[in-house]
Amino acid sequence: MSAPAYEKVILRNLQDPGYRGTLAEYRARGGYSGLPKALQLQPQEVIDLVKQSGLRGRGGAGFPTGLKWDFVPKDLALTKYVAINGDEGEPGTFKDRQLLEQEPHPIIEGTVITAYAIGAHVAYIYVRGEFVEGAKVFQRALEEAYAAGFLGKNILGSGFDLDFYMHRGAGAYICGEETGLLESLEGKRGQPRLKPPFPAVKGLFGKPTVVNNVETVSNLPPILVGGPEWYAGIGVPPKNTGTRIFSISGHVERPGNYELPLGLPLRELIFEHAGGIRGGRQLKAVIPGGASSPIFTPAHLDVKMDFDSVAAAGSMAGSGGVVVMDETTCLVRVARVIAHFFAHESCGQCTQCREGTAWLHKMLTRIDEGKGRPEDLEVILDVCDNMKGKTICVLSDAAAMPIESYIKHFRDDFEHHIRGGACPTGMA
Amino acid sequence: MADTIGLTLNGRSQEVAPAATIWQAARAVGLEVPTLCYDSRVAPAGNCRVCMVEVAGERVLAPACARQVQPGMVIETQSPKAVAARRMVVELYLADHPLGTCGVGKGCELEALARRLGLRGSRFPARSSAPKPDLSSPVIAVDLSKCILCRRCISACSDLQVNNVIGLDARGFSTTISFDTNLAMGRSTCVSCGECVSACPTEALVERLHQDVAFRPDARKTRTVCPYCGVGCNVELHVVDNRVVRVTGTRESAVNLGKLCVKGRFGYDFIQHPDRLTRALIRRPGVPREAADQGDPRDCFREASWDEALDLVAARLGGLKARYGPDALGVVSSAKCPNEENYLIQKFARVVLGTNNVDHCIRLCHASSVAALIYALGSGAMTNSSFEVYSSDVIIVMGSNTTENHPIISSHMRQAAKRGATLIVIDPRRIELVNHAHIWLRQRPGTDVALLNGLMHVILKEGLHDEAFIRGRTEGFEQLGPVIEAYPPERVEAITGVPAADLVRVARLYGRAKAAAIYWGMGMSQHTTGTDNCLSLINLGLLCGHVGREGTGLNPLRGQNNVQGAGDMGAIPDNYPGYQPVEDPGTREKFERAWGVPLNPRRGLTITEMMEAMRQGGLRGMYIVGENPLVSEANIAHARAALFRLEWIVAQDIFLNETARYADVVLPAACFAEKGGTYTNTDRRVQLARQAVEPPGEARADWEIICDVAVRMGYPMPYEDLAEVFAEAAAVTPIYAGLSYARLQGEGLQWPCADATSVGAPFLHKERFTRGLGRFVPCHQRPPRELPDDDFPFVLNTGRVLEHWHTGSMTRRSHGLDALYPELLVSIHPLDADELRVRSGDRVQVVSRRGRITARAEVTEQTPKGSIFIPFHFAEAAANLLTIDALDPVAKIPEYKFCAVRVERAA
Repeated sequence: MSAPAYEKVILRNLQDPGYRGTLAEYRARGGYSGLPKALQLQPQEVIDLVKQSGLRGRGGAGFPTGLKWDFVPKDLALTKYVAINGDEGEPGTFKDRQLLEQEPHPIIEGTVITAYAIGAHVAYIYVRGEFVEGAKVFQRALEEAYAAGFLGKNILGSGFDLDFYMHRGAGAYICGEETGLLESLEGKRGQPRLKPPFPAVKGLFGKPTVVNNVETVSNLPPILVGGPEWYAGIGVPPKNTGTRIFSISGHVERPGNYELPLGLPLRELIFEHAGGIRGGRQLKAVIPGGASSPIFTPAHLDVKMDFDSVAAAGSMAGSGGVVVMDETTCLVRVARVIAHFFAHESCGQCTQCREGTAWLHKMLTRIDEGKGRPEDLEVILDVCDNMKGKTICVLSDAAAMPIESYIKHFRDDFEHHIRGGACPTGMA
Repeated sequence: MADTIGLTLNGRSQEVAPAATIWQAARAVGLEVPTLCYDSRVAPAGNCRVCMVEVAGERVLAPACARQVQPGMVIETQSPKAVAARRMVVELYLADHPLGTCGVGKGCELEALARRLGLRGSRFPARSSAPKPDLSSPVIAVDLSKCILCRRCISACSDLQVNNVIGLDARGFSTTISFDTNLAMGRSTCVSCGECVSACPTEALVERLHQDVAFRPDARKTRTVCPYCGVGCNVELHVVDNRVVRVTGTRESAVNLGKLCVKGRFGYDFIQHPDRLTRALIRRPGVPREAADQGDPRDCFREASWDEALDLVAARLGGLKARYGPDALGVVSSAKCPNEENYLIQKFARVVLGTNNVDHCIRLCHASSVAALIYALGSGAMTNSSFEVYSSDVIIVMGSNTTENHPIISSHMRQAAKRGATLIVIDPRRIELVNHAHIWLRQRPGTDVALLNGLMHVILKEGLHDEAFIRGRTEGFEQLGPVIEAYPPERVEAITGVPAADLVRVARLYGRAKAAAIYWGMGMSQHTTGTDNCLSLINLGLLCGHVGREGTGLNPLRGQNNVQGAGDMGAIPDNYPGYQPVEDPGTREKFERAWGVPLNPRRGLTITEMMEAMRQGGLRGMYIVGENPLVSEANIAHARAALFRLEWIVAQDIFLNETARYADVVLPAACFAEKGGTYTNTDRRVQLARQAVEPPGEARADWEIICDVAVRMGYPMPYEDLAEVFAEAAAVTPIYAGLSYARLQGEGLQWPCADATSVGAPFLHKERFTRGLGRFVPCHQRPPRELPDDDFPFVLNTGRVLEHWHTGSMTRRSHGLDALYPELLVSIHPLDADELRVRSGDRVQVVSRRGRITARAEVTEQTPKGSIFIPFHFAEAAANLLTIDALDPVAKIPEYKFCAVRVERAA
C-alpha cells in the first residue's frame, strides 16, 4: 500500500539515500541559492515576501512569521538579535531533532535571511541539551558556513555581517518558551518573562529580538527560491500555507516524521502515511499537536490538520506531534503521565502552575492507583480552570488543557477508576 | 504625554497617571488590589498571580502589578473570574501553609488575605515533608516551611541591596529559596542586612532578637535616624515597655527607601545594656587613674547626685580657668550628638570656658577632606548627593570600603552599576565593591597622588579635559601642567603598581563621561598626605568639569552619623558655626553680639594638638563628651601618657568607656533613642530625630547637662527645648538659616538653605563655587612617614568592619553584632601567611615601633601582599597601639592608613 505523494519543501534532500546534509551536498542540490536572492532585496521587501508566503511559526503557536518580524523596530542603529529555538521538548515531537541532525544548512541559511530582514548582526541557536548528535552536526555546519562566507563579515559580498553562535540547553522544557529561552541565553535561570513587552521590542539583553523555530526558518530558503506565490499554493491558502513535519508516534504501524501539506485529514495521516493502527486494533484517542494539545477521539478523524481547522475542532496544531493511542490505552494513565511531565517542567514561578501542576499530578496518581474520591474530578476541573490564562507563560495552560479534555472525552475511564478502583482497559 | 488618562475601574470613571500600573492606579483612587509578591520599590515580578484583574475585551486576566494602564481601559478587580482565580491561588497556598502557621506575631499577609477571602482551609493535601527551621544566623530565623515562594526576599537581596545571596534551587513544586548554593543562611555569604526579613510576607524570615516581645501588638513605633554611620538612614524603633525590641527601615525615607544594614537593623541592644551609666560618678579620693586598669573600673568611683557632680564640675573647671587661663582647658565634642548639642558644647567652650579649644572626631576621619574642599571650592562637604549615583554614568570609588562603612550608599552604587553605570574601584584592598566594578585599580598603599596625577596626565595629553569649564570656573590651571607633566603612565605604573593601560582606560572613561562622580573615604584622608590626596581628587574633578552638575561631584563619605553636623555647628577650633573663622574680627564681633560676651580671638587646638599640649603641660583640664580617644587616637600609649598628665578630666558618656574610666567625674548621658534633635548626614541632609524611650536611671540628655554646668559657671542657658536651641543655631549659621523644626518634619532638607523659601541643595557649586572660582592646587607624590624595612616589613592599614562601629562601645554591646563578629581578625595575604606559616584562626602578634597586640589571623586575598589590615574596634587588642601619630601638616589628621609593622606567630 503506498500513501499519496506530495511535494516536499524541507525534507526534500533527505529523500536521497546517503544524503548527509554537508555543505557540499546541500549546495549541489541548490542550497544557499535563496540567500543571495534575499540579499538583493531590501530588508522590508524580504519581510513583505515572507508575509505573502503565509508562513506561520512551526514551534507551536503558529504565529505569522512575517508579521512577527514586522514588529521589530526599523531603527538601523538599534542592536537586534535573532534567536533560533532548537529546544524541541514537546512530548511527541521530534522533527527539529531530525533537521538539526540531518539538514542543518537550511536552518543557517534561513537564519541569515531572518537576520538580514530585521537588521540583526548576531544570531543564536538554542539547542536542546539532549541533542548531542544534533549539536555536533550543527556546529560543524556553522564552521562550514563560516568558511564558505555564508556567515561572518560581508556575507557573499553584500556588506551584511552576521555571527551565529550555538548555545546548548541543560534539560528544561521551559527554555523552549521564547522568553524562558532568552533568560537562559542570558545566563540566568530559565523562566519566562512578563509580557508585554514582547521580545520583538525588548528581547535578548533588552534588545529587539526575533525568536523563530528551527523548522520555521528552514522554510525560508525554498520560499526565496520558489517565490511566495508558489509556497502559498501549498496547503490551505491563504492562512494555512506550506507543509509541515508531523511527528507521528504511538500505536501506528509506521511511526516517524512526515512532511505533508497543511490541511490533510487526520485520517489520512494515521491510516495512509503512518500505516494505520498497530496490530489492527481500534483507535481510541489522538493527541494532535504535542502533549499540551487537547485530545481528539475517532470522531475527529476528518479534521483537517492545519492551524485553524484543528483549533476550530477544539484543540491546537501545536508542534505537529501526533500521538496515536489504541483501545488498550487508559486515559487516566495518560493523564497521570502527562501531568507528571508538566509538574516536573514547571519553572515554579507562578503559584497556579507550581502548585497546580503538582496537585494535578498527585490527584491523578491517586485516581490511577484506585484511591480516587468522587469529588476529585470536580476539584481537578476547578484547578484546571484556574490555571488557564492566569500565568506568566502558557505552560500552565498546556498542563491544564489536555487534562480537561481527557476528562471531557473519556470521563468513563476516570469514573471507573474512582468507582471500582480498577482500570477498564486492564492497564497495569 | 497627558497628565492623566481616563479609564473605568470597578464601574467608576477615574483619572489616573498615564505611566501607572493597574495596581498603582487602583491604589491612587483608594482601591487595594491584594498581592503577595509585589514590592513597590522594585520592578514587579508578577509571579504570585493574586492581583489578577479582568480587563474588558481581553481573553485572559491581567496582573495588576505589572500591566500599565491604557486610556479607556475597563477594569474589574472583583469580577467573578478574578475572584475565583485569587481564591484558587490562596487555596493552593493554604495546602502547605494552613491558617495559624505563622504564630510569632510579625503578621502573615497570606493568612490575612485568606481570612479576607473567607477561606478556612484547602481541598488539597499537604506535602509530606517540610524543611526544618534554619537557626544558623544569630540574627535571622529561617523557616522555609512557612515560605510561599513569593520571591520578595530575592528582589530585596538582589535588586534592592544587591547582595545577590538569595536565589532559587530546583524548579516547579520542588522550588526552594536558597542561600548561595543551598547553604544554611549563617554559613552563606549573607551580610545579615535583614532586607529579606523586612520583605517577607510571612514568618518564613523573622528577626531572632527579642522574639518573645518584638511583635507584641502594643509595640509603639517612633521614626528617627540611625545612630551609626553618616548615611543617615531613617529607622522605626519599635518599643515595648520602654525597651527598643525591633528596628525597621522607613520606606518613605529618601535616604534609604527602607533599606538598612546589619548595624542599623540589629545593633540596638546597647540602648538597654546593663553597662549603661545611670548615676553620676566621682573618683574616690586617692585612687590613681591607672587603678582602673585592674578589676572593675567602676570600683574607682562612687555614685553621686547630679547636684554634687555638677557643682564639682563647675568648681573644678572654674578653678582651672582661674589658675591657668581659659586656654588651659579643652573640650572634645561628639559627632554622635545632634546638632543642637554640638552647638551648645562649642558655645559652652567659647562662651563659658573662654577657649576655642573644641574639636571632635572630624580630626581623625575627614579633616583633610574638609580642609581641601574648603580651600579649593569653599564648602567642606560632599558636593553632591548619594542618590545621584543613579544619574552618573561613571562612578569612581577611591579609598572607601563603602560596603562595610556606608552600606546603604554602597547598595545604591551597586544598584546603579547593575543599571548600567560604569563603576571604577581604586583601592589597595579587594573590597566587596570590586565584585560589582567594571575596573579595579589596585595601587600600592600611599601612592594615591601619583595615581591621580597619572590620570590627569593622560586626560591632558589626550585633550579630554573641559576647557570651557577650566576657563570660566577655575583658577590656577597653569600651575597644574608642569606638575602633571612628571607623571606619565609608565612612571605612575612604576610608583603605584597599576598597569599603565588600566590607568589610560580609567582616564578615558572619566574624561569622556557625561556625568562622573568621585566618592572617597578615609583611605584618602587618613594620611600625612591626606590634604594632598583630596586636593588631587579635586584637581581631577575640576579638570574634567565633573562638579556642579547632577550626577557629578567630589564626595567624601563622612563617618559618624553627625560628623557633618558637628563641624557645621562649629565644634572645631578654627571656626564658629557655619565655617565662619574665629580669627576674622568681623565674624567674632557678630558672635560676641549674638552670645553677649567677649570671645577669645585665638584659634584653638585640634584634638591631635591638644594631645601634644597635654604632654607639654599647657593643657590642664578636659571635658570629653561622647568620645573614646584612648581607643581611637593614633599611638594610644602616647595618648594615654598625655591624658594622664591632666590635672582634671570630666567625661560625659553612655558607658564607662576606655577613656571615661580614667576621668575624675563621669556624667551619665542619654543615647540617641532617648532624645530628639537634628542630625546632618553625609550629603548635608538635616534630619529630625525623635525620642523613643526614657533614659535609664538618672541619665540625662547631653544638652541638659551642658546647660546646667553653664548656669553653675555663671552663664545661663535657659532653653525650653531643642527646637529653641536649633532656632538660635540656625540664626547664626547662614547655611542653616532657612531651617526650622517645622520644615524638617518630613524627609529633611539639604543645606545650604539660606531662607525659609529655599528648598536646599542636592548638589553644590551649580553656577559658581562657594569661594568663587574653583582652585587647582597641584601636588607631588610624597611617601608616607614610616616605610617598611627589614625589622618592620609589613604595611599596617586600619579601618572598620561592617558589623562594628568605631571603638565598639555600642556594637560590642549589641548581641547580634557581637555574635556575628565576636573578635578581632588580622587580615593577611595568603602568600605572606604561607611564609609566616600562619593559617586562618592562628594567633599572631603584630608589633610596631609603638606597641604590640595579639589576635587571630584571617588569611584573605582582600588584603594585598605585603600589607595587613586590622579593624580598630577592639580595645583588648587595639589597632591604635600600633598606629603612628604622624600628622598631615595642614589638617592635623593622623596617618591611620600606613605604618610599618612586623607579624609573628604567637604561642
